[in-house]
Amino acid sequence: MISVNNIYKSFNGKQVLKDISVTFERGKTNLVIGQSGSGKTVLLKCIVGLFEPDSGEVKYEDVIFNKLNSREKREIRKKIGMLFQGGALFDSATVEENILFPLNMFTEIPLEEKLERVNVCLNRVNIINANHLYPSELSGGMKKRVAIARAIALKPQYLFCDEPNSGLDPKSSILIDNLIKEITEEYDITTIINTHDMNSVMEIGQKVVFIFEGTKAWEGSNQDILESDNKILNDFVFATNLTKKLKLK
Amino acid sequence: MRYLNQIGRYFIFLNKVFARPESLKMYYRQIIIEIGNLGINSIGIVAIISVFIGAVITIQTAINITNPIFPKYIISLTVRDSILLEFSSSVVALILAGKVGSNIASEIGTMRVTEQIDALEIFGVNSASYLALPKIVASMFFFPILTILSMVIGIWGGWVAGVASGDITSDEYIYGIQYEFLPYYIVYGLIKVVVFAFIITTISAYNGYTVNGGSLEVGQASTRAVVYSSVAILFFNVVLTILLLQ
Repeated sequence: MISVNNIYKSFNGKQVLKDISVTFERGKTNLVIGQSGSGKTVLLKCIVGLFEPDSGEVKYEDVIFNKLNSREKREIRKKIGMLFQGGALFDSATVEENILFPLNMFTEIPLEEKLERVNVCLNRVNIINANHLYPSELSGGMKKRVAIARAIALKPQYLFCDEPNSGLDPKSSILIDNLIKEITEEYDITTIINTHDMNSVMEIGQKVVFIFEGTKAWEGSNQDILESDNKILNDFVFATNLTKKLKLK
Repeated sequence: MRYLNQIGRYFIFLNKVFARPESLKMYYRQIIIEIGNLGINSIGIVAIISVFIGAVITIQTAINITNPIFPKYIISLTVRDSILLEFSSSVVALILAGKVGSNIASEIGTMRVTEQIDALEIFGVNSASYLALPKIVASMFFFPILTILSMVIGIWGGWVAGVASGDITSDEYIYGIQYEFLPYYIVYGLIKVVVFAFIITTISAYNGYTVNGGSLEVGQASTRAVVYSSVAILFFNVVLTILLLQ
């Protein structure tokens, strides 16, 4: 479980996050939604420690993460897997080397076992015969899947995904969404996903937090969204003609 | 004030770079890779420039020594001292600042804007140390080898040009390069290049690491890395010359 209490964050005098408090539950896909520029990515980066909040606390279970020193933070980060918007695979390394990286860095197991783990992770994300390809040789969907494989290599307790569907076609998006949900349930981990893709929300949004102009404007499940009378949320979620019809039904 | 701020941030970056590595085995592997990228891949450019500079110094010295009182071996003595004292350390370092410095800044800068550095941090890796330290160690180890190579090839280039143009005989040239030879000049050149290697890699890595934005900013960081490294090399060249030769 991850909880965020009264988080504030500003850049050059501009307040980006204002008094956000939310709890992300274990074994569930927790979605953070909101318009571009609403502060979703900043919130995610505050949670993983890439940004330091101005005030407030980020707790992993009972540990206040943002009060730890950098060495203690690194210990927590070894339990974290993260899927970045662009995949963030290491360009100079092959698919296999990308997934081997955390295993080489933090484990002392023999190479055969590491390679076995690489193949388990790749099979889990349905990638075969791509071990020796470079990221530049992969499609957008494959990059995302390899990034997921790398994120789960060390069997993390927490998984963060920043816009996992950006740049993907609808079919690939659903594939990635379902994969993240399956991994979350299979490994019983706390997963937080940043998205503005409403298909993802309806497919896998077991818990949804809506951020509007840096504040938490709503939270609930994907089913609650359909019945919500929150005007700001409805303006965002039902912005297209198709979703408006869905709401009317 | 902005420059003082940058210098302060540079030293904070260095403090992070020289923190204890997470996995010595991984760092060792990276050092081997960087010796290839930064050192072995620079042999060609260093060799080409050295041979031509050696040749040019020989021809220019020969043209300027018109008085028959001066013995011909002064030509090769001039070539030797110019190359050992200044060219193979300082000028080669300036060339490497352009080649290696821009390479380091653009590589690390691109990793920054494509979130690869964030990915390293998320893994719990000290990204500054993992990215910069192997480059620093590799260049401080291999640049002296490039300098020795440049010394040998530069002096050989001068011999080829001098003998081929008829400005000096082979025996006179060899006598000149041996005349009152001080081995300390080689040590002096090597000490300088080790310091310059540190300057080039740390300044370039810092500029790449602190990129904020996109491809335009990566290009700007790359240019800054070359300019700042070159200015620092020129400044420390004077400092080291005073310290080591006076």
